[in-house]
Amino acid sequence: MSVPGTTPGTTPLRLLWLQSGGCGGCTLSLLGAEGPDILTTLRAANVEVLWHPSLSEASGVEARAILTAAAEGRERVDILCLEGAVVHGPGGSGRFHLMAGTGTPMRDMIAAIASHARHVVAVGSCAAFGGITAGGGNPSEAGGLAYDGTAPGGLLGTDFRGAAGLPVINIAGCPIHPGWFVDTLLQIAAGTLTRADLDEWERPLAYTAQLVHHGCARNEFYEFKASAETLGDMGCMMEHLGCKGTQARADCNIRAWNGSGSCLDGNYPCINCTAPGFEEPGHGFDVTPKISGIPIGLPTDMPKAWFVALASLSKAATPRRLKENAARPTPVILPRDKRKTP
Amino acid sequence: MSDDGPAAPGSRLILGPFNRVEGDLEVRIDVADGAVQSARVTSPLFRGFETMLVGRPAADALVYAPRICGICSVSQSVAAARALAGVRAPGQARAMMPANGALAINLVHAIENVADHITHFYLFFMPDFARDVYARADWHEAAATRFRAITGTASAQMLPARAGLMRMMGVLAGKWPHTLSIQPGGSTRPISRAEQARLRLMLAGFRGFLQDVLFAAPLEQVAALSSVAALEAFADGPGARGDFAHFLKIARATGLDRLGVTRLRHIAFGAYPSADGPLFARGVYDAGAGAVAPLPIETIAEDVSHAWYMGAEGGPARPQQGTTLPDMSSDAAYSWCKAPRLGGAVAEVGALSRQLVAGHPLLRDLVAMGGGANAQARVIARLIEVALVVLAMERWLGAVDPAAPFADTAPLADHGEGAGLTEAARGSLGHWLRLEGGRIAQYQIIAPTTWNFSPRDAAGTPGPLEQALVGAPVLPGESDPVAVQHIVRSFDPCMVCTVH
Repeated sequence: MSVPGTTPGTTPLRLLWLQSGGCGGCTLSLLGAEGPDILTTLRAANVEVLWHPSLSEASGVEARAILTAAAEGRERVDILCLEGAVVHGPGGSGRFHLMAGTGTPMRDMIAAIASHARHVVAVGSCAAFGGITAGGGNPSEAGGLAYDGTAPGGLLGTDFRGAAGLPVINIAGCPIHPGWFVDTLLQIAAGTLTRADLDEWERPLAYTAQLVHHGCARNEFYEFKASAETLGDMGCMMEHLGCKGTQARADCNIRAWNGSGSCLDGNYPCINCTAPGFEEPGHGFDVTPKISGIPIGLPTDMPKAWFVALASLSKAATPRRLKENAARPTPVILPRDKRKTP
Repeated sequence: MSDDGPAAPGSRLILGPFNRVEGDLEVRIDVADGAVQSARVTSPLFRGFETMLVGRPAADALVYAPRICGICSVSQSVAAARALAGVRAPGQARAMMPANGALAINLVHAIENVADHITHFYLFFMPDFARDVYARADWHEAAATRFRAITGTASAQMLPARAGLMRMMGVLAGKWPHTLSIQPGGSTRPISRAEQARLRLMLAGFRGFLQDVLFAAPLEQVAALSSVAALEAFADGPGARGDFAHFLKIARATGLDRLGVTRLRHIAFGAYPSADGPLFARGVYDAGAGAVAPLPIETIAEDVSHAWYMGAEGGPARPQQGTTLPDMSSDAAYSWCKAPRLGGAVAEVGALSRQLVAGHPLLRDLVAMGGGANAQARVIARLIEVALVVLAMERWLGAVDPAAPFADTAPLADHGEGAGLTEAARGSLGHWLRLEGGRIAQYQIIAPTTWNFSPRDAAGTPGPLEQALVGAPVLPGESDPVAVQHIVRSFDPCMVCTVH
């Protein structure tokens, strides 16, 4: 099918996608891209898939030939994507993931291809920071491409620069929203992605300039500190249910998931999955740790004393509608126009 | 990078990476006289979820388990939630899931399973027929135009239809993959009357794709196909325009029913529960006897004689006692996949197994005529199941009562054992856990592909894929035999689940 290009007249950019210590969920999320679908987007952006483990025809010998040529710099790679963490175990050997058909640690293949690639993209929190794969004592000794959790390090390090001059681009999230990848890809393809388009963790600002809190359908409950008590309640989940939406950097409530959803719309808390170390919150994911009844994780940039003062003030002013509805799964009192007499 | 050369008499080939399977996979085959003589299947990635979960708060399982797998994420959530719900401690209340909770979770689970089946068919399985090895076949040009990887015309129809189906996830589960809406007591997400109507519309849109493009016939007609003769008449008649018939024509031409033949017991844990019992039954089907028997769950044990783990004293361990301790010192080991066995015997799982246990007449006929389970029957079973499940989804959606509760939010018991058994798209999935003081003290998982792609056991008996590959033809000069590609992908393997 012929698709008009977004960057006409240029040589196709070649994309190579590898997977290691992860679940494949970022690719599956990407297959849900809409308006248009991901394959149409790739064609429109003039991006040619050199190899993708879930999409390509090439298997076995053909696939190994492509990867070996890329690792030796004989096959041009404009965009190297890694999905899943880099696996270093056991004992630093990398043998917990020997690339099929080669007997070589996948880690070494990733490093070799990255050394020639124009852009290196970590797709998902595992590839960026280690993510869930690095949780629970990190039995596979997993890490990210440029970070191990919040610590600079990883396979390539924070000083790494792709041939085009950018550090590893971290499209963090568990999983990614398909739009986060598409926005980044379109900017790379158009040659407009610069360091200024990335945040302090080298995540694209296209989605991390926002907080998950922005656009949350529970904002009115938040304003009046009308809180949910159990999962499934309508109220704000910050006070009791561990919601990190006021700190988490992502546009989940502005850019809908699967057409209309988000974690918050699903009635469960934001677990801050775009942040390094989200897998080890130090408390249950749906529990808010508190000191003297005050949540320890307060909104980004908000002085604690002000938060406490405003919270007690707004609690005192909470409309009955919000108070009654907050700890219920469906509303018992609806907004009503006072001009309409019963 | 050894053994890259073409097949010669008495040669060994190392195949991998296998793409268009979920995760990484390596297969070693010994070839002689133009056929595979023996096969060894290696799952090359270890992450260690079972160890990661030990010591964590019980509810953390609902965050970690779905992230085992991005393609069967909901299945992992369902198994974890069910295992937590199954924990009973004396004197502690237990969540009793209301009918709406079961209906909502069935719907969410069904969306994932149906999406997985069509993803497998269009993106993973069919592209192999576009390969140059078939260039001289009279059906090749049409197959390549329609199904070639990345550029085939089918994906431009299938991907939007799949995304449209996934829009139901946005309403019912917040997002996919990795939802937290599935809880031990039900679903966190009530459905309003307006949403119920909107969901019906979304499902109708997806049914339209199935009836126009995949089957070219009403779902009821597909679901009612009851024999091989009826299937052939359908493919040559009313369904001839569809991608399903296109596949059947290619399968006939390539002898796909003679590839990947196994004669094993088929097991299913039971899928989509309701007050009237599961939509697809639990049981074990013996193809030789043509009969279903109750499934002796307590005889499931995992053998690690050929896997890179320390074994338990006394041989194979039941999942309640199992451990996952990496140990690469054994020369006999060749995979991170354990070898689950039922009463010591190899068993196959998947959509075909599920439908054989459930008693679908077409699938039983296909297996009887084919002399065992085979690559063609495995693919047909998935597509028949798509029709059956979408019809069931319409009923479940109609049965939801928006005025009634969707969850029982009673707190979990904090100590005791639980088991969560379900059916993922790829077959039987089980989680077994023990809680102590509200924390996870033991967690073991047996995933569908753990059964199907298991290595040899202590008796030297190969796993299902290892058996299915024996006899597969290897053409002169083939480095990645196409027959092997078809057989491997006919199981729709999920390697990230396999080792977890």
